[in-house]
Amino acid sequence: MTFRNLIATGFLIGGFLSAASALAQDKTSPAAFDKMEAAVKATFSRATPEWRKRIELDETQRLCTLARNNVSAADADAIQKREAARVVMPSDGKFLGDWKKGFAIANSGRGGQFSDDDKTVNGGNCYACHQMDLKEVSYGTLGPSLAAYGKDRKYDEASIKDAWTKIYNSQAVVACSNMPRFGVTKFLDEQQMKDVMAYLFDPNSPVNK
Amino acid sequence: MRLQWMSAAAMAVSLAVGSAGVFAQPALDESEKEIERYRAMINDPMANPGYLAVDRGEVLWAQKRGKKNVSLETCDLGMGAGKLEGAYARMPRYFKDADKVMDLEQRLLWCMQTVQELDTADVIARRFSGPGRASDMEDLVAFIGNKSNGMKIEPQTSHPKEKELTEIGEAMFYRRAGVMDFSCASCHGEEGKRIRLQGLPDFSKPGKAAQETMASWPTYRVSQSALRTMQHRLWDCFRQQRWPAPDYASEGLTALTMFLNKQAAGGEINVPSIKR
Repeated sequence: MTFRNLIATGFLIGGFLSAASALAQDKTSPAAFDKMEAAVKATFSRATPEWRKRIELDETQRLCTLARNNVSAADADAIQKREAARVVMPSDGKFLGDWKKGFAIANSGRGGQFSDDDKTVNGGNCYACHQMDLKEVSYGTLGPSLAAYGKDRKYDEASIKDAWTKIYNSQAVVACSNMPRFGVTKFLDEQQMKDVMAYLFDPNSPVNK
Repeated sequence: MRLQWMSAAAMAVSLAVGSAGVFAQPALDESEKEIERYRAMINDPMANPGYLAVDRGEVLWAQKRGKKNVSLETCDLGMGAGKLEGAYARMPRYFKDADKVMDLEQRLLWCMQTVQELDTADVIARRFSGPGRASDMEDLVAFIGNKSNGMKIEPQTSHPKEKELTEIGEAMFYRRAGVMDFSCASCHGEEGKRIRLQGLPDFSKPGKAAQETMASWPTYRVSQSALRTMQHRLWDCFRQQRWPAPDYASEGLTALTMFLNKQAAGGEINVPSIKR
């Protein structure tokens, strides 16, 4: 494990833990939760039924909302177990697609917005939150840097599988992670996730240069 | 000037500049310094087109309209009929006549309907201005907001419904939903973070970031060539959150504004500001 890898790993864990503790000053009481749900209903009353359905809470979202991401150890275990069961490995056993297509997906923040049309191709928007290719200066800091991600992990099989799990369902790894559950929600399809994986793990990808 | 703005705006759009405030951050990198330079450059009240909206709003406020053919000048924004100074600094607030906590836009609609008996369907259809489509609401909010300049944001908590709505807003701030599991707190729950290059104000605790943000809306958005209100800002947040479009002047938006104002208490209002 390189120094950078160590730092990155520490940052990854620390980052998500501190995100949780920064929000830990309070929780939402069940009474306040019920009032809020009524207000949410009133606020999106003119949205289509399909759109309103999109913001109904699943059990994981409900727990993270109530605890403001700072779930108890027991709830965290329950969330991670439930979400881990939802991860689907690639059907052909191959994790890595085309890194160039992966870059386009990582760089696109399109999709899922009420201003989009049916033809919009969803992007992963990785750069909104993560540093990746060091030459790209416009990157966000909500998530840890992923620069040299594959190289630092010596492109090993276990790391590849872990990264797939993380992208497919971040909450299988960290309960109430800030990261979207790209595979579970079908926001990205299997091929798109493979391409993003290649952007992280292909030795020719600029992420590893 | 106009051309200079436009090229600067085009540059800044790609750099994704957000609010006028400088938030506590690690040392600025070169790209961030450029953004600060751009912010300073556009922050010139004498050249802020938002003040044209203030002037239009002043005319609208005094214009006789509706079935009753009267102006809005007897509308009570919480400080007494027709009194505008400091009204915006204390909104949203509870109004006994409506038995409801209202933000400025909800209250203006209420006054149009009750004082003027104006059919507000057209006003609501033009809630956000566009090319060739002026917005009465944007202009009125610019005019009335401006009357609180130099005053401090005073969140209202004396009525139980004000307290209740603030709590609802706070709970809503942490509600994770939608295809990306985003809440307001996903982006605004931690200090010193940024999305792409845009610094993100942390609203999870009271202080400077919230004050600078809330005290600078309504604002003139250079990239949209329009004066925008907090209703529009929250609408755009929900778009980026991958939630549905919220109803205009609805309960949840006022609840969120109550919570954000609580975090922004004491912020000195200076509007309309100008932002990317």
